[in-house]
Amino acid sequence: MPDTALAETPAPVAAKRGLIGGRVPLARLRDLALVPAIVIIAIVGQIVSPVFLQPDNLLNVLQTMSEIALLVLAETMILIVKKMDLSLESTMGLAPGVAAWLVVPVGAGHGLGLLPGGWAIPVTLAVGALVGVINAMLIIRFGLNGFIVTLGMLIVLRGALTGISGGQTFFHLPPSMLYLGTTEWFGVPASIWVCLTLFAVAIVVLGWTSFGRSLYAIGGNVDAAKAAGIRTDRVLWIVIVTGSVLAALAGLLLSGRLASVASAQGNGYIFTVFAAAVIGGISLNGGKGTMFGAFTGILLLFMIQNVLTLAGIPAQWIGALNGLIILAALIVSRITGGKVQD
Amino acid sequence: MPDAPARAGDGRATEDPPVVQATGVTKKYGPTVALDDAGITVAAGQTHALVGRNGAGKSTLVSILTGLQAPDEGTVTFAGRPAPGLADRDAWRRRVACVYQKSTIIPALTVAENLFLNRYDRGGTGLIKWSALRRRAAELLAAWSVDVDPARLAGDLSVEQRQFVEIARALSFGARFVILDEPTAQLDGAAIQRLFGRIRDLQAQGVTFLFISHHLQEIYEICDVVTVFRDARHIVTAPVADLPRSGLVAAMTGENAATERHDRTRTIDAAGPAALNVDALTAADAYRDISFRIASGEIVGLAGAAGSGRTEVAETIVGLRVAAAGRVEIAGRHARPGSVPDALAAGAGFVPQDRHHQGFVPDMSVADNGTLSVPGKLGPHGFIDGRRRDALAAGMIENLAIKTPSPQLPVSGLSGGNQQKVVMARALADEPRLLVLINPTAGIDVRSKEFLLDKVEQTAQSGAGVLIASDELDDLRVCDRVLVMFQGRVTAEIGRGWHDHELVAAMEGMNLDA
Repeated sequence: MPDTALAETPAPVAAKRGLIGGRVPLARLRDLALVPAIVIIAIVGQIVSPVFLQPDNLLNVLQTMSEIALLVLAETMILIVKKMDLSLESTMGLAPGVAAWLVVPVGAGHGLGLLPGGWAIPVTLAVGALVGVINAMLIIRFGLNGFIVTLGMLIVLRGALTGISGGQTFFHLPPSMLYLGTTEWFGVPASIWVCLTLFAVAIVVLGWTSFGRSLYAIGGNVDAAKAAGIRTDRVLWIVIVTGSVLAALAGLLLSGRLASVASAQGNGYIFTVFAAAVIGGISLNGGKGTMFGAFTGILLLFMIQNVLTLAGIPAQWIGALNGLIILAALIVSRITGGKVQD
Repeated sequence: MPDAPARAGDGRATEDPPVVQATGVTKKYGPTVALDDAGITVAAGQTHALVGRNGAGKSTLVSILTGLQAPDEGTVTFAGRPAPGLADRDAWRRRVACVYQKSTIIPALTVAENLFLNRYDRGGTGLIKWSALRRRAAELLAAWSVDVDPARLAGDLSVEQRQFVEIARALSFGARFVILDEPTAQLDGAAIQRLFGRIRDLQAQGVTFLFISHHLQEIYEICDVVTVFRDARHIVTAPVADLPRSGLVAAMTGENAATERHDRTRTIDAAGPAALNVDALTAADAYRDISFRIASGEIVGLAGAAGSGRTEVAETIVGLRVAAAGRVEIAGRHARPGSVPDALAAGAGFVPQDRHHQGFVPDMSVADNGTLSVPGKLGPHGFIDGRRRDALAAGMIENLAIKTPSPQLPVSGLSGGNQQKVVMARALADEPRLLVLINPTAGIDVRSKEFLLDKVEQTAQSGAGVLIASDELDDLRVCDRVLVMFQGRVTAEIGRGWHDHELVAAMEGMNLDA
């Protein structure tokens, strides 16, 4: 039947109408799985304390989560291509740590005072990029297991920061390092702007560019991605290096806000990062989940923490509760998402 | 070269150069010769079959014809012109496409995105225009009359739909020559017929197919010309009409194999204790009110199309599923529903539906896989005695003629037929009273298939009851009687000596007597 094509020409129109009314909204709904949970927490928070929905408190929540949210952004990209990077939390400490070490004048702590203050930001980002390049080289070029490579890097980088700082905290940071963590633009802290802007960019890149879609293709079926002409190794390099640079930027925001670089900066963050990503619908097996989902994941975790603080939970119990929150949020997202997590 | 001018016998001969022609192709992997001065010529508009036992060189030829590998010697031409360079993937994709057994679809993405992966429609801003992409996908699917919603997730498609989508994608690159690598291995009878209908339609629209299959019957049904490879060499190319079944098998195996199965004499002890007793088994969504009995030494087939419930019944018997109501007795013992260990302890041996998913652990050795279900035999108190395990495994390898250099080789390194033998060996490891087999010969070559079915008969001869849940006629031929399931019920019982069309009609729910 060579005339099939002719006979079936009305079909696309019908199919298209079906799309608009049917499937696409459903697919979008999956991104919004955590929104009901966030609304509920907001209501509970308002009942617990009338302060909760005040703009100041909400900005406070957003600011405290802005640094770790950048790690979530980085880890989300890396998880989508079916890799893992545990070393992000150490990069977050080491990158600004090296900058402070080189810039802070001699005499105050362990500073060497080798470079003028203006160099701090470029040095921070360069250290992040260098860590990313080393990770990418070991994982992609030499084909080592990403989990163990970055676990090793996690320990090495943490140790390196302890080494250069002598286990102490860098103070007297130059103004350039403080700027992003302390300034307000239009009445909102700069770190919130940076965080939200980068998430917006990431949502567009992952959803509407061929580079972004290639991350899903690689994570879903790397052979199929190669067969479709995607240069998989190059994409993986870009993702891993970008992830580390984002971690360095997150470190810069945190150092600026705290006006110091502690030798333990970022220590333990990676667990929260993974939890937020999984709660937000990112699969640890790659190829699934959206950047918006990841953002709702970290937002939900920090809102719950904020509610608990407002409810006057003793500080000694916050650690245990944090773990419980992660488990509870995971269960909530399993219920609202309706799918087995993997 | 015995490369006879390959022409379809139906007068569709044209003066065009062949769509693809490979001549004098040799490919070596170290000391292994994968192809030895082999060749193939596929004329335009043909459906050309490529057959051969596992290891005959089919896969290597496919990877050379699709430009994934370069031959060591020999040439490949497309429509009379030399093949493009290996690096020029786009040029290859315009000439030839291959639908592999292993899916090249990305499950988490939509059908539309899979179709146009890495060649998206862009709007003025450089961003992807999803609406345009979906429209183009819908048009493409409609043009080749593939009835799939482009907005669905590719992972939710059935195997059949996935294949159609992959064919449509292949055609969208401009290729009019499509290689189908065992497309029917995971399909049931009705889906195979739909696939064949699609192949005929596309053939009429000028698409040429190279069809690889283990099922000789399918080749006679759908193909014009058949090429046989054996031991890395080209053996014969002939119109299927000129090559009888026995001649084809002889060409594949290199000997005059008897195509007729010799009947073994078996005594069925109908009065003795039943190997299996199933009483009013019901599961809401899969099957209703299933009752039957298998005597010691009896082989019973459970036939039916996919979705008829045959697989579910078999899986319920061995404890992979739980029935809502009813009772299963294995060798006179009531097995706790939903407990595989209990079913095994009662004397069941089991070959699951999909060996890759449920059959074996690919990276574990042949010995470990074969003895996985009998830890108690391996040593005292849960410790594994390596020598005892290896002795058991050596017995299995000999008993089932598993071709492996060593019991320590990971199962993933074996051919499909030998992998299935490992699964079979494990099912037989504990001298079962009841052997349950689901699609036992899916995707394995003719020789291994005959061997496995022979083994099934031997097992029955030694007094075990056997249940074969399958829609493969060759599997059912060894059965003493066949229960046919249709839409969750047993609708017919057919004794030995049935005709193919009779059984197929029953599986499709048709009544030939009416």
